[in-house]
Amino acid sequence: MQSFLISAAEEGDHGPLAFVPVEFVLSLVIFGILFFLIWKFVTPKFEATFAERTEAIEGGIAAAESKQAEADAKLAELEKQLADARHEAARIREEAREQGAAIVAEMREQAQAESARILDHGKAQIEAERQQAVTSLRAEVGTLATGLAGRIVGESLEDDERQARVVERFLADLEASEAAAKDA
Amino acid sequence: MIAATSAPTAEEFHAPGPGNFDLPGFFHIADQAITKPMFQLVLAAILVFAFFYLALRRGALVPGKLQFAGESAYGMVRNSIGRDIIGSHDFAKFVPYLVTVFFFLLVNNLFASVPIIQFPTFSRASMAYALAGLSWVVYNAVGIKKHGLVGYLKLQCVPSGVSPVMYPLLVPLEFFSNLLVRPVTLALRLFCNMFAGHLLIMLFATGGLYLIKDYGGGIGIVSGLAAWVLAIAIGFLEILVQFLQAYVFTLLNAMYIQGALADEH
Repeated sequence: MQSFLISAAEEGDHGPLAFVPVEFVLSLVIFGILFFLIWKFVTPKFEATFAERTEAIEGGIAAAESKQAEADAKLAELEKQLADARHEAARIREEAREQGAAIVAEMREQAQAESARILDHGKAQIEAERQQAVTSLRAEVGTLATGLAGRIVGESLEDDERQARVVERFLADLEASEAAAKDA
Repeated sequence: MIAATSAPTAEEFHAPGPGNFDLPGFFHIADQAITKPMFQLVLAAILVFAFFYLALRRGALVPGKLQFAGESAYGMVRNSIGRDIIGSHDFAKFVPYLVTVFFFLLVNNLFASVPIIQFPTFSRASMAYALAGLSWVVYNAVGIKKHGLVGYLKLQCVPSGVSPVMYPLLVPLEFFSNLLVRPVTLALRLFCNMFAGHLLIMLFATGGLYLIKDYGGGIGIVSGLAAWVLAIAIGFLEILVQFLQAYVFTLLNAMYIQGALADEH
């Protein structure tokens, strides 16, 4: 109430829409100063901060992307290496198996050959020894037989030619009888 | 005004009126009264600048609370008013202006609801005239700079896609609405909202006091308390209006600038 009365007395009775130059100018001046301060100090700082932040975020994203790509490449490489190694291992195993089989086959063949050789050798030796035995036996038997026969019949069988003839005949008879026995 | 003048008691109710907005000066400089709204203008400017300056003092990439608040406030005007209306190509150089307009108005309007101050600066019509007049100068200057005087007048006054037969009718109308009325409506919208809101609260507050103290009786006390409750409710509504008026004023500024920059009307 008081202010109403005082101001009414002071300002006269112009209405609320009246133009007051001092207020008009003062508003413009204060606004102008504030605008200048904001234009000069606030906006650039805000924009710089926004730009910096955008850059930081985008830079971070780019760095993360490159790291990811690098990791992917490494992983792919490792997987490839692993696959290669697996492949190699399988190949080596296969080769070893083949080699093993070949070695076994070869050994078997060798052993068979060796056994055959030993068998043959044995047979030959036996044959030779038999021949030798037969020969020496024949000579021994001849001597013994003639000696024995000479003693029995008293006939001198000292004559070599006759002696040989007798022995041959005896042995021939012996073989003939052997053959007859075999035939029977 | 109001029916309260017909109160039955001997002491009449003096309803608050326009005169209540003509505050006496705190002191005089060369016969000029220095009044409260003048101080408020200065105080608002200091508060706005101090807020932004402190919020951004460090300019950290990861903002603290104050910086976040500052960035949110600045970003609201920059992005949702500046960039969305004017367009991402041209908006940057108008951001300082729009930010200044919005926060200067907002703080000055909110003064109406701040205890002790409790006076809307822009209920002084001349102060609203100043900002509206500045807006008018800004958007016209921007348009003339871009299109030249003739090109700009053509842009603002000659609607495209309309038969030339209609020009005699439309051109004066467009001239009137785009170049003459805009500053008036800007100023009046702001002034009237602030003026009316403050007047309403004053009316309910002083009326309530009168009813309780002077009118007396059960009816006086009950209705007086009801008036005070309403005054408080209107006070909250006013906070919304204060924000909205600052927002609308800034938004319209941005739209006028956008219209002045546009290639086609």
